[in-house]
Amino acid sequence: MMEENIKAIRAEIEETLPTLASSAALYEFRKSFLDNKDGKISGLMKAMKDLPKEEKPAFGKLVNDLKTWATAAFDEADEKIKALELAQKNKDEEIDVTMPGVKTEVGALHPDTMIINELIDIFAGMGFEIYEGREIENDYYNFTALNTPKDHPARDMQDTFYVSEEFLLRTQTSAGQIHVMENKKPPIKILSPGKVFRSDDDATHSPMFSQMEGLVVDKDISLCDLQGMLDIFSERIFGEGVKTRLRPSYFPFTEPSVEVDVSCFACGGKGCKLCKGTGWIEVLGAGVVNRHVLENCGIDPDEYSGFAFGMGVERIAMLKYGINNIKALFESDTRFAEQFKD
Amino acid sequence: MLAPLSWLKEYVDIDVSAKELEGLLFSAGFEVEELKEVGADISGVVVGQVETCELIPDTHIHVCQVNLGEYGTQQICCGADNVCVGGKFPVAMVGATVYATAKDHVTIEGVMTIKKGKLRGQESNGMLCSGTELGVTEDMYPGAGYNGLLVLPEDAPLGADVKPILGLDDWIFDISITANRPDCQSIIGIAREVAAVLKKPFKMPDLSYTENGKDIEFKVTVEAPDLCPRYIAHYVSDIKIAPSPAWMRRRLSLVGINAISNAVDITNYVLKEFGQPMHAFDLNDLENTEIVVRRAKENETIVTLDEKEFKLNPENLVICDGNKPVALAGIMGGLNSEIKDTTTDVLFEAAKFARDSVRKTSRALGQSSDSSSRFEKGVDEYTTQLGMKRALHLMEELDCGKVSKVHIEVSSGNSTEPHPLTVSVEKLNKILGITVPDEEIIRHLDALGFAPEISGDELRVMVPAWRDDIDGHVQDIAEEVIRSYGYEHIVPTFLKEATVTAGGRNAEQKQLLRVKQTLCKQGYSESIFYSFFSPKDLDMLRIPEDAEERKAIRILNPISEDLSLMRTTLSASMLNAVVRNLRRGNTAGRFFEIANVFKAESLPLTAYPEEQRHLCIGAFGDSETFFTLKGAVEALAETFDFKLTFARGTTTFTHPGMTAVISLDGKEIGYIGRVAHDVCAELAIEKPVFLCELDYEALVPHLGKPMVYKPVSKFAIETRDLALVVSEDVTCAQVEDAIATSCKYITKVSLFDVYRGKQVGEGKKSMAFNVVFTPDDHEFTSDEIDKYVQKTLKKLAFTLGAELR
Repeated sequence: MMEENIKAIRAEIEETLPTLASSAALYEFRKSFLDNKDGKISGLMKAMKDLPKEEKPAFGKLVNDLKTWATAAFDEADEKIKALELAQKNKDEEIDVTMPGVKTEVGALHPDTMIINELIDIFAGMGFEIYEGREIENDYYNFTALNTPKDHPARDMQDTFYVSEEFLLRTQTSAGQIHVMENKKPPIKILSPGKVFRSDDDATHSPMFSQMEGLVVDKDISLCDLQGMLDIFSERIFGEGVKTRLRPSYFPFTEPSVEVDVSCFACGGKGCKLCKGTGWIEVLGAGVVNRHVLENCGIDPDEYSGFAFGMGVERIAMLKYGINNIKALFESDTRFAEQFKD
Repeated sequence: MLAPLSWLKEYVDIDVSAKELEGLLFSAGFEVEELKEVGADISGVVVGQVETCELIPDTHIHVCQVNLGEYGTQQICCGADNVCVGGKFPVAMVGATVYATAKDHVTIEGVMTIKKGKLRGQESNGMLCSGTELGVTEDMYPGAGYNGLLVLPEDAPLGADVKPILGLDDWIFDISITANRPDCQSIIGIAREVAAVLKKPFKMPDLSYTENGKDIEFKVTVEAPDLCPRYIAHYVSDIKIAPSPAWMRRRLSLVGINAISNAVDITNYVLKEFGQPMHAFDLNDLENTEIVVRRAKENETIVTLDEKEFKLNPENLVICDGNKPVALAGIMGGLNSEIKDTTTDVLFEAAKFARDSVRKTSRALGQSSDSSSRFEKGVDEYTTQLGMKRALHLMEELDCGKVSKVHIEVSSGNSTEPHPLTVSVEKLNKILGITVPDEEIIRHLDALGFAPEISGDELRVMVPAWRDDIDGHVQDIAEEVIRSYGYEHIVPTFLKEATVTAGGRNAEQKQLLRVKQTLCKQGYSESIFYSFFSPKDLDMLRIPEDAEERKAIRILNPISEDLSLMRTTLSASMLNAVVRNLRRGNTAGRFFEIANVFKAESLPLTAYPEEQRHLCIGAFGDSETFFTLKGAVEALAETFDFKLTFARGTTTFTHPGMTAVISLDGKEIGYIGRVAHDVCAELAIEKPVFLCELDYEALVPHLGKPMVYKPVSKFAIETRDLALVVSEDVTCAQVEDAIATSCKYITKVSLFDVYRGKQVGEGKKSMAFNVVFTPDDHEFTSDEIDKYVQKTLKKLAFTLGAELR
């Protein structure tokens, strides 16, 4: 009788196990046999107490065997089902990996700021401090103190916006030179970025743009030092191997005055569209500080000398990033801005 | 400055090509903006002689056999009326390029290439050309102005290129002259520089003349020597007005001047050749045979040569005869004394007028001329003397009149001689940073006309009389030496003598960059807009007439009214950028700008105005809300660890229900809000737009807080969610504040849901907050937290009437 029960249980398990599809069903099924309280196999163990004493060992062994076998069978089934279930879960969770990622949208600094930052990094390492002057300047600081008196023809080089007889929108960051030199004795090394204004508005000119002015005043500063410093600047901003060329020019506040060209970084100096076939690109103006400018600031030109250089920030940005229209820099078109994420 | 190569060659023996000369001038500081061959567009045109010429019946076209020398004889059809057997004409062969003209044969319409063709069934292998078709005018070549074939000289060799014959192989240099070199605004100025770069002698144009004209009594008075430091008058009698000779007309034509008559052409010629403006008066129109140079009287009038009348004032300098103004000094002569065909006696004027005086008068009257722009650049008195001599020489050479002895020169005593200057060779080299060999210094300065001598450290030069830019210092001479010796000799060094200095941004400059980076991280891109804006921008923002923002600093000479005011707010530029983006189809965007607004203490300005930095942030697009923008502002405050408060407020251009004033330390520093519906409607904006503008200077004191680490508690934090029902008028900030201050362990309160509906009742809302409790010295138990929550709820019930939902 009992043995038949064992057989029946075994048959039931063998028959049912392959039909079970989930680990939850398997768990319930397993419980119905092995649960300590009311599992069928556990029930057999309990029924054993009614057996005659001499049959107990044999039957006990049968039940134990059954239990061992059942446990193994359930474990094996469990492993299979779990593997299937995991495979299914993975399948269900499958994604289209070509769908777009989720980004944290960040904004971009203005190209002018990026160039100014780059320039500051280059020149800060050489010991330059940063001085930012005013946008509305006194005529004296913008012109007269820079060796450009009222009747000077050089004033015609720049069309000036005036806001009163005496005040104007600065036409050059050089105005800052005077403020610095009036308040600081040499050695002076300053870099002065800022907005400047000229009454010029066409396809290639903007009435407002940014300049970066540099000034060094110390003992025994020469034109060689100017070129040496500009060589380093050119390589760092435009890339290794870029060279500078000085050629004579004129600014009222420097003498000798030079235009500084860099060898074309697009073609390596062979001549291309960017450099208009010349192999050189004009990037800045510079020169030895005119003694009258030093005198105007109370610095003895026989003791000290210096050089100054100034460049258009947009010009550098346009060259470096290939921006073809200066006006685009002041329009904040989203399609423009998103190209400058740093 | 236009300088034809052929003209320069008169005064320097130029043995290099135009292209090579361009390079040499460039290295010496004279950038050639354009180097153009006069006949650049013309090619393949040779001398041909018509051998037979037969009219095609019923047409005006002749079929000609034309002998082209080495190019053989070609049949060419020609419609010109002066084609004839034996005549020599320019022949554009097949493949040649010449100008295409309109039906009038005068208007140039472009460049064409000559092809084989057929006219009335007759083959034509080329074209006989007119002057116009070759770009040659009557002034450039006598006879070229005829509306028909250009007739070449009988001795022109057959088959020869016509370009040298017609002067089309000449080159024009358009040279950019820097403001310090007005002496080079002339052919002789450029010729001197060319001579210097080629190390060849400069040949001065002929200045000689004989004084054989009539003698008269004449008087010149200069009453305003400050505006006219030198005035030279010279009388020429027996004038014969006639056309100028071909060579002079050609030269004038190459530099863009139309020939008029000999006397007038000479004044123009001297202006170009010497850079000295000249004027010629008809002496018989001058009353009392005298010239007075004086300031104009108030409301005095003059009619200039171009028949414009001007009302003058004492700011204007005039040249008068014994009675009335006869010229606007340095700008233009008067109509009352102009040279006419009947003129018999001329008074020539060469003067130096002060450049700012000419400029002021020219600007004030809106009247300018080649002469005035030349004076504005600066004329030296030595050249004033030369110019007069050259004009008198040309009067004689052209047989235009007899030069008299009557020469009156009034000057303030400025020297017109070279002046000595001694500088130190060592100092010169120190400026350059290299040692230029003494012999090189001598060689280059000599070529530039400085007559240098060196003994020991002393470099003695004679500064040429035409070099007003040399003001007497070693830097001037150093510049002359290096531009001639060559900048390629400079050896780069890196501040080898300079003191080491500490560089870099100061704290405030670093903070500004960090503020920008913080906003970038929030998705906002940096903008830079013009510092000026339009009165219309203030209207767009509905700024009232009496508001501070209306007291903007006005540019006296703006490009346009739209760029005429210095900004008093940044919001308008940002809003304009939004409109521009939407118009271009960009449907969403986030920008910020940090820039100055300008505040004048009083207008017009008598002192520096306040330049106050503002921060403006703008966001537009369907996914933007008041709170996305507010989040960026809060993120900024969190990054720098300061606290902004937001309270309901208004502006003239934002939504009345979606605007907050922002305060810091109890002081209002700006606003944030959605742009009002009606403002949007006016601008055709169909997307929500949010703006914020803050006084950046008010933030500055809060940006420097050092980062200080607070130890992280090792005990676990506990969080509780509290849904509170309050009446509608209770704000989030009130509840947040009440919760945050109710228990010292509460370290963070954040709203995560607002619910309105039947369940909470009319006029009420439910707000759900996440509250964080941070322990300090022991782990919290659940009971402990419950106790704190009860305390908080009690406070909320008492202060705000809040109930737990």
